[in-house]
Amino acid sequence: MSSDALISALYVFALAAFLGYQVISRVPPLLHTPLMSATNAISGISLVGSIVTAGARYNTVSTILGFIAVVCSTTNVVGGFVITDRMLKMFKRKEIAKKE
Amino acid sequence: MKTYFIELSYLLASIFFILGLKGLSHPETAKRGMHLAEFGMLMAIIGTLMHHEIVTYTWILAGLAVGSVIGLAMGLWVPMTAMPQRTALSHAFGAFAAALVGISEFYRVYSTGGHLEKITMGALGFEVMLGALTTTGSLLAFAKLQGLVRGTPMTYKGQNIFNMALLAVTIGIFGYLVVFPGSMPLFFTMVGLAFIFGLLLVMPIGSADMPVVMSLLNSYAGLASAATGFVLSNKVLIIAGTLDGFSGFILSILMCRAMNRSMTNVLFGAFGSATTAATGGEQHGTMREVGLEDIATQLAYANKVVFVPGYGLATAQAQHAVRELADVLEKRGVTVKYGIHPVAGRMPGHMNVLLAEANVPYSSLYELEQINPEFPSTDVAVVIGANDVVNPDARDNPGSPIAGMPILEVDRSKSVVVLKRGQGKGFSGLENPLFFKPVTGMLYGDAKDTLTRLVQAVQHA
Repeated sequence: MSSDALISALYVFALAAFLGYQVISRVPPLLHTPLMSATNAISGISLVGSIVTAGARYNTVSTILGFIAVVCSTTNVVGGFVITDRMLKMFKRKEIAKKE
Repeated sequence: MKTYFIELSYLLASIFFILGLKGLSHPETAKRGMHLAEFGMLMAIIGTLMHHEIVTYTWILAGLAVGSVIGLAMGLWVPMTAMPQRTALSHAFGAFAAALVGISEFYRVYSTGGHLEKITMGALGFEVMLGALTTTGSLLAFAKLQGLVRGTPMTYKGQNIFNMALLAVTIGIFGYLVVFPGSMPLFFTMVGLAFIFGLLLVMPIGSADMPVVMSLLNSYAGLASAATGFVLSNKVLIIAGTLDGFSGFILSILMCRAMNRSMTNVLFGAFGSATTAATGGEQHGTMREVGLEDIATQLAYANKVVFVPGYGLATAQAQHAVRELADVLEKRGVTVKYGIHPVAGRMPGHMNVLLAEANVPYSSLYELEQINPEFPSTDVAVVIGANDVVNPDARDNPGSPIAGMPILEVDRSKSVVVLKRGQGKGFSGLENPLFFKPVTGMLYGDAKDTLTRLVQAVQHA
């Protein structure tokens, strides 16, 4: 990583941190559990790193580690999104909750 | 051209992730937000599959398939009461993936006689250390929540000093590796120590402090992903990891504030152990046990009833029974509300999800600040499996270990009923003066069973 790349990465990091603070402070305590599972699913984006490691055939060790990493991150992405959807479906307004 | 397409897919993914989290600011917009985030994720994965370094798809597809099956199974079948365990496990998975990518990257470079620049090595070190300690820490948190390991803090003499020393050694090796990169044995020692440190970090923390620990591990897992982004120069990883990291960080601060304790105190205080409990002071007086019929009559003729759930509600799986009781009461014209303490349960927002599962509309769920002014006009406050969050000592007794912690002031209501499994003390081992107040009546027994019998009694009242 060159120092230029580092600087631009730091810019992205700092701005994402700032944005994250703004966006996440607005999430009500009501939705803190779905928030946690959603951010978990989103950070499963490390899958993109794992995919390259598993598919690039650098060496056997890297391929095995990459494969395990793909399994772990995919579990998080799929499991995280499925469970967040499942939870959010349960939060109902008064009229709708009464009907069921 | 291909590179542009990949980068574009990452950019779109980043935007959709942010919009997705923004949607979570209200239950009405949350679902749509999540669909956007899911779409973003799909874009990023498709984009990555076109990466020029990929030569074989066998292991990628196998990994995606296995992960999808496990993820789908967990996503569909884990009960809402087990949500904290599942979340702990997913922190472990996420962090482990980050650690593995880092280890693999290091191994790839140095097994072929290559060289990592100082900056890259620094990011990689962070990634691997945070990843490793979060993996084992989360696994231990999972074991504690699942009841595989005792939930009480595990302490020994000199624990903090030992942990600090171990951390210092790990960071020392890390520093050395940044300046003189390349030693594989040292690198793997560092990884091993970080794995051990994760266990040591969570060992002294009791189950009641889990909301803080969960949030903190969430934050570490996110930061490990962000560090991966620095190593691979991948912006979407940095953005997603940072969002996750900051979300966890904000949540842990909120949880600490809800307990009026500092992060240091939670991490190193071993709260809830016998030594701290001894300072709780002796209580005098007797607890007044009340009959089910009396309570049913009180509830049936009340104007306003507030339910205060705690972790006991989750262990007894009583969320549906509460809703049934609320239904019969509302049919009689009683106003029913729920007061939710931020740290009730084992993870942030745990109680809200449980009650939503039981079809309680979210407009009936009230936060601490909203419900506290309402207690003086409440006829009956029903405490279900909660203890410390309603302990008036936090407000009245400056010598109490939980002094200053914001509580749900149920003792200000006209009458309080406490549903409790037995006469024992709560999780923290503290006496709760609420139980001895004249206004309070105790109903012992399994919460689900008691509530079901209350439903019948109210119907006949």
